Amino acid sequence: MRLGLILGEAGNGLRRNVSMVISVILVTFISLTFVGAAILLQMQIGQMKDYWYDRAQVAIYMCTDFDTTGNCTQTEATPAQIEAVKAQLESATLAPYVEKFEFETHEQAFKNFQTQFSDQPIAAFVTPDTLPQSFRVNLFNPNDADVLIESLSGSAGVQEVADQRAYLDQIFAVLNAASATAIGIAVLMLIAAVLLIATTIRLSAFSRRRELGIMRLVGASNRFIQTPFILEGVFASFIGSILAGGAIVAIVQFFVKGVLAQTLQTTTTLVGLSDALIVVPILIVVGALLAAASASVAISRYLKV
Amino acid sequence: MIRFDAVSKAYPGTTRPALNSVSLEILKGEFVFLVGASGSGKSSFLRLILREENPTKGAIHVLGQHLNSLPNRKIPYFRRNLGVVFQDFRLLPNKTVFDNVAFTLQVIGKSRGFIQEAVPDALKMVGLAGKSNRYPHELSGGEQQRVAIARAVVNKPAILLADEPTGNLDPATSAGIMTLLERINLSGTTVLMATHDAGIVDQMKRRVIELITGQIVRDERQGGYQTQAVPTQGFGSFERETAP
Repeated sequence: MRLGLILGEAGNGLRRNVSMVISVILVTFISLTFVGAAILLQMQIGQMKDYWYDRAQVAIYMCTDFDTTGNCTQTEATPAQIEAVKAQLESATLAPYVEKFEFETHEQAFKNFQTQFSDQPIAAFVTPDTLPQSFRVNLFNPNDADVLIESLSGSAGVQEVADQRAYLDQIFAVLNAASATAIGIAVLMLIAAVLLIATTIRLSAFSRRRELGIMRLVGASNRFIQTPFILEGVFASFIGSILAGGAIVAIVQFFVKGVLAQTLQTTTTLVGLSDALIVVPILIVVGALLAAASASVAISRYLKV
Repeated sequence: MIRFDAVSKAYPGTTRPALNSVSLEILKGEFVFLVGASGSGKSSFLRLILREENPTKGAIHVLGQHLNSLPNRKIPYFRRNLGVVFQDFRLLPNKTVFDNVAFTLQVIGKSRGFIQEAVPDALKMVGLAGKSNRYPHELSGGEQQRVAIARAVVNKPAILLADEPTGNLDPATSAGIMTLLERINLSGTTVLMATHDAGIVDQMKRRVIELITGQIVRDERQGGYQTQAVPTQGFGSFERETAP
């Protein structure tokens, strides 16, 4: 009986305010889509960190005939110098950090280069002897790269000791900036959504102020009076968050799994549908809570006794 | 039933209080007229009983509840014991007569069965048994006020507050409304009615409380609208008499 009455009141309010309700739906839809995108980007960054930090190596580039930087003087690193570096890697000081390492010759470097840049014109200009020989070192803990850099940078015949994570950090910085932008837009849109919900509920309450006055007069409890309005707000934002959830799933399905996965092939892992399905309930809960909070604040001035 | 102990009510930004140290007691089953010029504090008095306002000073007891310390969330439950009627009826235009009266019971959570029994009873009592499916705008002013009264008493309140219920009605219709209020009073409901209608007050010969600028200047059993006994000065001396 009472539940039916409350739902009926909420339904009346929604019908009377159709245009406002639609705008609430759209604004929550857009804002929560941005929230979802930001969450997905963070998940993507996390996955990439897991994936790449495991594979990130420290590369010790040996001199070639063309290098002038580092310890090089345009002479190829001698086998003795290479052996010295290898001995250092196997020494008692460095061995505890090193999980494994392998040596990459000119030919192997050339082959890797050709496959990596096969579709770019630069591949044609590179010869094996311009590409340095290198040790590829996997560390137990990638954070220990500095130890290697310090102890090997000064060795004869070493052009550079590079921590590949430095390149990754740049990519992550870009992704983080993108996700921060998405969060910023999401926050602005959420503020707009909250204010819009509050305005809608105020309008709805204003158009029903006679009923509200009589309800207060005859002793309807505050909860009874405010519940239909809160339900109105929650209903509108619920539809918006369902749409946002749909948009997130669609983005993953068609953009990430479709376009991105095709372009990047197997070079990195990407967020999948299972991640998107984690995001959807978060969006729905966030939307419902925000709507309920702003609606109850908006209606509170009509409850003053 | 209703007791005011030295109650003052001042609205912010005004120097003169709306009610100034008012003390009185209204007993169960009484029929009390509240008279006085506009701005004399009648409406503030009723609003205080309804707990729409809190007094600035003094204590108010209604139905055994100390209103000053009644927590906000309990106010709705307190108001279920009061019925209120206004000069402008305050009916919902988009609801039928039946639904207007039933609305009161719905919002306080009464069962459908109770509503189906109580609403026709109340409408019969006010003489509108045959008009339960009409809309307020199809009724005369007197009939609309009867609907409002039915709505006020359908929940069998202990106290009925009426704020100029005949203010918009002609004398004949007013007389009908007064007969109705009298009948409600006879069934045991305390009725407190603010009015400007001298004819009604003189005719009914009930207790009359007169307010002037927020002070009680007269509290007579079986009084009239105006009394010659009251001099124009020294109103304050009457206050003591009314204090129980």
